[in-house]
Amino acid sequence: MKQIIGEPGIDLSSDSKMDLKLTRNSESFHKPNSSNHNLNSFNQASQYFPNLSPTNFLSRAENLQQNLKTKSTNSFEPNLNSGMATQNPPLDWDPHAMLSNLSFLEQKIHEVQSLVQSIIDQQAEFSSRPSELATRQQLATADLTCIIIQLISTAGSLLPSIKNTLLSNNPALRQLVNPDFNNNLKCEGLIRNFPETARNSEYEDLLRNLDNEADWMKEPNPPLQSDIVDANPIDEHDLKESDDGDAEREHLPPGSYIVLQLEKEEILAPHTHFCVICGKGFKRDANLRMHMRGHGDEYKTPAALAKPSKEPGSDVHPVTRYSCPFAGCKRNKEHKKFQPLKTILCVKNHYKRSHCDKSYTCSRCHAKKFSVIADLKTHEKHCGRDKWQCSCGTTFSRKDKLFGHVALFQGHTPALPMDEVKASGSGQGNDDMTEDLGGYNGNFASEECLTSMDVKGIDESRAYFSPMNFDGFGALDEFGRGGFDLEDNPFAFIPSGFSQRSGDS
Amino acid sequence: MEPEKRMDKRIRVDLNLEQNPISPFESLSEEVLFLILDLLNSNPLDRKSFSLVSRSFYKLESCHRRWLTPLRLDLLPSILTRYSSISHLNLTLCSRLTDVTLASIASLLSSSLRSINLSGSRSYTHKGIECLAEKCFNLEEIDVSIRVDLGDEVAAAIGKMVKMERVNMGRCKKVTDLGIGCIAAGCPNLKLLCVKGCVGVTDLGVKLVAVKCRKLQSLDVSFTMITKKCLPAIMQLPNLEEFCMTGCLGIDNKAFVNLKQGCNSLQALDMSNCEHMTDSGVLSILQKYPNLYHLNLASCSSVNVSILSGLKSMCKLGSIKLDGCKVTASGLKSLSNSCISLKELSLSKCPGVTDEGISVIMAKHKDLVKLDVTCCRYITDESLSAITSSCTSLVSLRMESCTKLSSEGFRLIGQHCPKLEELDLTDNDLDDEGLRSLASCHNLVSLKIGICLRITDNGLIPVGQSCPRLQELDLYRAIGITDKGVSAIADGCPHLEMINMAYCTNISDESLKFLSKCSKLCILEIRGCLQVSSVGISAIAAGCRLLSKLDVKKCCEVNDAAMFSLARYSHNLCQIHLSYCSVTDAGLLALACLGSLRNATMLHLSGVSPKGLATALLMCHGLTKVKMHSSFKSSIPRALIEHVESRGCSFHWMYKPFQVDFESSELWKQQSHDLFVE
Repeated sequence: MKQIIGEPGIDLSSDSKMDLKLTRNSESFHKPNSSNHNLNSFNQASQYFPNLSPTNFLSRAENLQQNLKTKSTNSFEPNLNSGMATQNPPLDWDPHAMLSNLSFLEQKIHEVQSLVQSIIDQQAEFSSRPSELATRQQLATADLTCIIIQLISTAGSLLPSIKNTLLSNNPALRQLVNPDFNNNLKCEGLIRNFPETARNSEYEDLLRNLDNEADWMKEPNPPLQSDIVDANPIDEHDLKESDDGDAEREHLPPGSYIVLQLEKEEILAPHTHFCVICGKGFKRDANLRMHMRGHGDEYKTPAALAKPSKEPGSDVHPVTRYSCPFAGCKRNKEHKKFQPLKTILCVKNHYKRSHCDKSYTCSRCHAKKFSVIADLKTHEKHCGRDKWQCSCGTTFSRKDKLFGHVALFQGHTPALPMDEVKASGSGQGNDDMTEDLGGYNGNFASEECLTSMDVKGIDESRAYFSPMNFDGFGALDEFGRGGFDLEDNPFAFIPSGFSQRSGDS
Repeated sequence: MEPEKRMDKRIRVDLNLEQNPISPFESLSEEVLFLILDLLNSNPLDRKSFSLVSRSFYKLESCHRRWLTPLRLDLLPSILTRYSSISHLNLTLCSRLTDVTLASIASLLSSSLRSINLSGSRSYTHKGIECLAEKCFNLEEIDVSIRVDLGDEVAAAIGKMVKMERVNMGRCKKVTDLGIGCIAAGCPNLKLLCVKGCVGVTDLGVKLVAVKCRKLQSLDVSFTMITKKCLPAIMQLPNLEEFCMTGCLGIDNKAFVNLKQGCNSLQALDMSNCEHMTDSGVLSILQKYPNLYHLNLASCSSVNVSILSGLKSMCKLGSIKLDGCKVTASGLKSLSNSCISLKELSLSKCPGVTDEGISVIMAKHKDLVKLDVTCCRYITDESLSAITSSCTSLVSLRMESCTKLSSEGFRLIGQHCPKLEELDLTDNDLDDEGLRSLASCHNLVSLKIGICLRITDNGLIPVGQSCPRLQELDLYRAIGITDKGVSAIADGCPHLEMINMAYCTNISDESLKFLSKCSKLCILEIRGCLQVSSVGISAIAAGCRLLSKLDVKKCCEVNDAAMFSLARYSHNLCQIHLSYCSVTDAGLLALACLGSLRNATMLHLSGVSPKGLATALLMCHGLTKVKMHSSFKSSIPRALIEHVESRGCSFHWMYKPFQVDFESSELWKQQSHDLFVE
């Protein structure tokens, strides 16, 4: 797609991301709200759609510009007012924002107008270069789509039933005011749905969907959907669970989903959210919203600062899956056993993990390397704390993993934690112990030495006994005579009767 | 082995008289002597007599002995050099067992040692066990139970013994899955594993054992944290016969209901105190284990016996314990219908047991061998007549506190149950007539007739005359018994091992003199027998050398002389209760010289000074538990107490006021019954 419409110096990835945001915003009001009240009111509101259906003014694309102007002023607002009279008496939409929306539309339509005009003007030149003509046509197509979306979005903002947070007309504005907007709709899916030979009749096809109320509610038109790559632009860390492995578990029949493929540059772009005013990039949508506050009061409204709706709405949209751009990868759509990736984030993580250098090294072990920084952070949390170890040296972060490993292999045993192993020094002291056979005769002093016996302690006890000349069993006769351990005993007068004992019971 | 002994004596006389330089025993071949030795097992003193015959006998006895239970560690080196082919060593009586000792045992016995029991011994650590693992490579059995402080290192050391078959680690509370894992991985021949009360053991460890030790026959995971997760693995053990999971609160119905696989080899299942088990779980157990013989459901209070009616027949189930379960007459009926080959039945503390229920059971199960109806207070003579008329082969009958029975019922027992060996009639309304009729049970081994206040010598004398096999006799608070009755018992029951005559106030020294003839006596309780003095105790000490437990609390006449005798003769004495005796420092110190002493209760000893007590504590190395009056706590140096504690002795400081009189037995019984009624 870059080859088709890519313009030098334009950050494609940021553009595509903005598409996503745009579509998300426009999508947000299509979704029935979970709360009952909202659902009802939404249905009620949706009854207006036939009335304000663009068929009147968009049935022919040529008349788009004129119709738009009249309709937006004439047919929208009465409806809006009637709706609000029933549902929501206080005016909860911003007329200034509406005005700026409309002026944006106007500007946009002018752009398309000039584009079409230039096509007409240069028709002679294009006959020699058909590819350029196609490019122009495509640009026009994209712009028109954009206009439609904006129109719907604006109309939606007037619907009384939908909450401001869902409307989020300001973020939509923010996106749409972007001067680079005409470069925005570049996703491959979009291109596919609007082939080079796109004609006005196709718009009619597209817009016919809008006539059908049910279709509109349940299945918004494909170009909108194909763009919804990241409905939840949350930080990567938050979404780490939904890894690229997730898609493996679901077994979607091939063809039941749309496959999108982003380019490498798009995948590796550091920022995904851009300020429409100063162009600064952000990783998180929330950060962008915070940033936007500096650009004026209109970005400080609760609606502008509100978090965009997170409803996935997978039941509403056709299933979308992603392909890895790396040729030969199992995640690439050309692969025989192609396994699609579930979300944009999966694509990113997959691409970085599988096809990029592992540039992040763990600062603790200096051994493990990662290409996704979240992986590094996860590892660093546990690095050095793999306390479950097998006798073979393998370490595990979890006990059940270790036990599974031990169960699997013959001759492997769980190893005790290091400090314990150290304490249980090997049997080197055993020989010493046997020499000190006299050491356990119950003598008072010997107990002092032996109670806290470790390997060192054995030597101590030995040192204690050596003056008594107990070298091995030579001293055994001492036991036979009895009285040995009573020598220091002040009560030696008590009959001991040792010699009578059998020693067993 | 009386004949043997007599022969010994006769020959000795011969030698002395004739001065014959050649012993007549030289003609006896080793094989014959070994055969004789094989039979000398009942009394350890017999073997001693044998080895004293001649040098060659001594040598033969040394070679022959396989089992050894030393009392004192200080003699162990000489013993082990003498008995070099010991294969089974029981060190449970040696409370202070250090690593050095274990190391020396390991090097002395090395490959001959097969089994070692270290249960309850203290002071040794994993290093000692490692020595054993290194040198005794034929070790097949080890018992390290009741070492609360032992951790995984010990288990890891046991895991190095490749031939290990039987491991008991009961109440080693610090052992975790890691230790169990070491044993599982290191002992492929394991047949028995007991991790009772090892609270650190979870599903993971038990599962690994089940995966690794396929020869396992007996597994005890009582009082651990296991849940149903490990059960499938356990049930796949091909040879498992015995599975005990007492008090496993993590086990509930689902554990068994969801279990796909039964275990055909399983014969004994102990699920007592599994409070979360209910009917459906038990039912699925009975369905899934077709070869189950023993089933213990004691204290599973939510189990209702009537569920058994859902079963067609459990033909193999022979022994069932339902202590404390919900039992009704209809439940017992279904039990008797479904368990057709029942041999042993325990219904103790089941409040729902009535005459009707007992009759139903007895009608079906004529070959019942053991019956326990302890505390089934509603059964009457009707039950007894049902029991005695059908179960003539009854061996054990326990009916403590069945207060509604009369002498007529006991007469039936005597008439119809000649095979009875164990009879517990504690706290019954037994009189002389009933006791006399019980005397016709000639095979009685254990007779408990405590708190039967009405019995006198007239009842006891026939028992002594006709029950020669009696080993255990409980006469607790049988206040009518006098010296005459005891003398009859002592004469007629030479195998007596345990007698309890606590609060039989009419007993005097004469009784003890008679009892000193019972050379096997090891447990004597004469608490509160005020007429007993040191003379009687001395006689017992001299005659009953195997005495291991002695309770002379409140025998005020017992003084130092008794202690001297005990110190001289009773080298097996492990436990003594001395409170209220007239013992002084000297007596206490004499007693402290007994290396075997482990457990002593010494309250209200007026003649004992703190100094004497301290010295006794220091001298008595084997002590593990001492009960003393808390007034001594301040007068004995703190350092000394700490030192004694460091040797493995625990102090129990009691605060009890000095009790001058004690209530009469009638009053006491009335009080205890009142307590029950409340």
